[in-house]
Amino acid sequence: MALPARQTAERRATFAAVVDNEPGVLHRVVGMFAARGYNIESLTVAETDHAAHTSRITVVTRGAPPILAQIKAQLEKIIQVRGVEDVGQDPSAIERELALYSVSATGPARGEVMSLAGAHGARSVNDAGPTLLFELTGSPDEIDAFQSALRPFGLTETSRTGVISIRRNA
Amino acid sequence: MTLHQTIAKPEAATEMLNGAETLVRALVDNGVEVLFGYPGGAVLPIYDALFHEPRLTHVLVRHEQGAAHAAEGYARSTGKVGVVLVTSGPGATNAITGIVDALMDSIPLVVITGQVPTHLIGSDAFQECDTVGLTRSATKHNVLVRDVNDLARTIHEAFRIAASGRPGPVLVDIPKDVQLARAPYRAPSEVKFGHAYAPRLDPDPAKIAEAVELIARAERPILYTGGGVINAGPQASEALRAFAKLTGAPVTSTLMGLGAFPASDPQWLGMLGMHGAFEANHAMHDCDVMVCVGARFDDRVTGRVDAFAPGAKKIHIDIDPASIGKIVHADIAIIGDAGRALEAMANAWRARSRRDASELAPWWRRIGRWKARKGFAYEPSDTVIKPQHALERLAAQIKGRDVYVTTEVGQHQMWAAQFLPFEQPNRWMTSGGLGTMGYGLPAAIGVQMAHRDALVIDVAGEASIQMCIQELSTAVQYDLPVKVMILNNEWMGMVRQWQQLLHGERYAHSYSSSLPDFVKLAEAYGALGIRATTPDELDGAIAAMIAHPGPVLFDCRVDRTENVYPMIPSGKPHNEMILGDHPQVLGSAIDASGQGLV
Repeated sequence: MALPARQTAERRATFAAVVDNEPGVLHRVVGMFAARGYNIESLTVAETDHAAHTSRITVVTRGAPPILAQIKAQLEKIIQVRGVEDVGQDPSAIERELALYSVSATGPARGEVMSLAGAHGARSVNDAGPTLLFELTGSPDEIDAFQSALRPFGLTETSRTGVISIRRNA
Repeated sequence: MTLHQTIAKPEAATEMLNGAETLVRALVDNGVEVLFGYPGGAVLPIYDALFHEPRLTHVLVRHEQGAAHAAEGYARSTGKVGVVLVTSGPGATNAITGIVDALMDSIPLVVITGQVPTHLIGSDAFQECDTVGLTRSATKHNVLVRDVNDLARTIHEAFRIAASGRPGPVLVDIPKDVQLARAPYRAPSEVKFGHAYAPRLDPDPAKIAEAVELIARAERPILYTGGGVINAGPQASEALRAFAKLTGAPVTSTLMGLGAFPASDPQWLGMLGMHGAFEANHAMHDCDVMVCVGARFDDRVTGRVDAFAPGAKKIHIDIDPASIGKIVHADIAIIGDAGRALEAMANAWRARSRRDASELAPWWRRIGRWKARKGFAYEPSDTVIKPQHALERLAAQIKGRDVYVTTEVGQHQMWAAQFLPFEQPNRWMTSGGLGTMGYGLPAAIGVQMAHRDALVIDVAGEASIQMCIQELSTAVQYDLPVKVMILNNEWMGMVRQWQQLLHGERYAHSYSSSLPDFVKLAEAYGALGIRATTPDELDGAIAAMIAHPGPVLFDCRVDRTENVYPMIPSGKPHNEMILGDHPQVLGSAIDASGQGLV
């Protein structure tokens, strides 16, 4: 039976998986995405509880609701995965990302870029020499917005950490 | 002191064993009696420990793929975990086909691989490969044990993970220095498992009630069952039989599920799917409520997904939450053990007001018309042995006996599924998901190791059998009287059938023009070879095969151009089956998009 139309519209989703911090667990998670043809838009991983020996892997992906349900189920099937949350579906969750931007701006544009950075809440990391470096922490949308705003001024490089997330009342 | 002295029972938890002894003790403590393996440099300490452990019987295979399939056959015919022991590098890579086969068919295996010493890992040492890296997507779980103190727990956990939930293969890679290092042994009851793994077994009662209401109101219900019912143990098959009886609904099953419901039961419709029974596929297409138990809507079952059972509400019962909603939307999703779910549904059914059995009479009349079409019919012959006829004669000669059947992969496999009736679970071992040619002979060896006095038959093709023919040597060494019945049509029959139907009769490389003389081959291995070339030789040859006390290769020369019917061509729905007596549709069966499917 074909899936109803309401189930086929794609959305972006952020899954946070708490995993046993063991060799190979990241490979299993990433391998599952690759083997089943799911896209990874961003990925972050680090040990979060040394005593409990757990890490948190945050994956941003995209898909229709049945695909996202399948991704969650496949993640939960991995033996080292302790739990998976669909963070984007949780209104109490917040998502943050850190980005670094390099802008090659000289002359009057330099001032414009500096004020743009101020408006977006970005911090200047280096303003000596012809290249300006900025650091911004924010939601993925805020990171995207500043990136778009910088582009006309000679954005030469961007580096993003990928999304991390937490619930407000965790 | 004798050579085969038992390793002493632990007096205290602090008994020190080396890694190899720890492994061997852990196997015994997990109920292992038989393991299938092949020695090599990186597992020699383990073989040394095995030498001193008479409670474990090791079967020396001739190729590591054979070890994995033999362990699968052992597991499927007993419900126990199959155990494989192979060396590093090529030992591990050769086993991978069998490991993936077990993953696809949800067969519990524990695979022990030797590894180069920890200080050489990553140095491209002799017979080194990244075994855990290679097998991560091939296993349910795998572990490289770097510290002997973790070994006992890891082995105990491997058995628990392999056997529980949706079963599957678990691989434990043990470096040679870990096999030789010493640590206190911990029994299964003494270890704390490290993972949060806890599959759900008990179904949600509210969903059970909802499902039973839906089934009770159905006019055209059907039970579609799979290997999950077999994996859930004999009580699950009993629960299926009881629930089917209560509801009066017809029962069909996947290739993997054959035997869970008795073929002699009037409610049995036969296997469904690409080469399934005409009545089973039509009933699936036209049903209004489908109860899928322990099956996964494989493409061989569904045909074209958007035309699959278009008018049906679907209830999906599975122990693996990831199976539900993967291919087909489930209107009612029930996560849990198949047996417990079926028992819960039977109890809920008994508690509600009974339905009159006559309410399903119109549905059964419709099914009766499909049955009358006789979809498995074939053109009989007096001059050549028809493969279907050969299997009908086999079925006649083994009737009433408790027989275990394995198969290779291809036409003969489908005919075996169509023509051999199974009354009990765990009697039918075939490579369903991966479709591994070469599975049947080693699987039969594994089955025979578990059931020494039983009649074990590998229904084979002459192409498939050559993929693991070397295991005939294993059968001879261990006095395993497996019977290999080769339906020899000189072609890779299923490939030839597809080339005929889908590729304009261009038979590219599907004919074997230099087959071995299977009778002489059997003799070369020390087995018995038998041949039948005409229908009048058939019964005598089958009888001789069954009567012989040792392993037999029976070269049964069959019609070279017979096709398997019915057939749902790729990309077609269930109600567009091709039947054997309508050969005029051949060549135009499917369009270009169907040709791209497998």
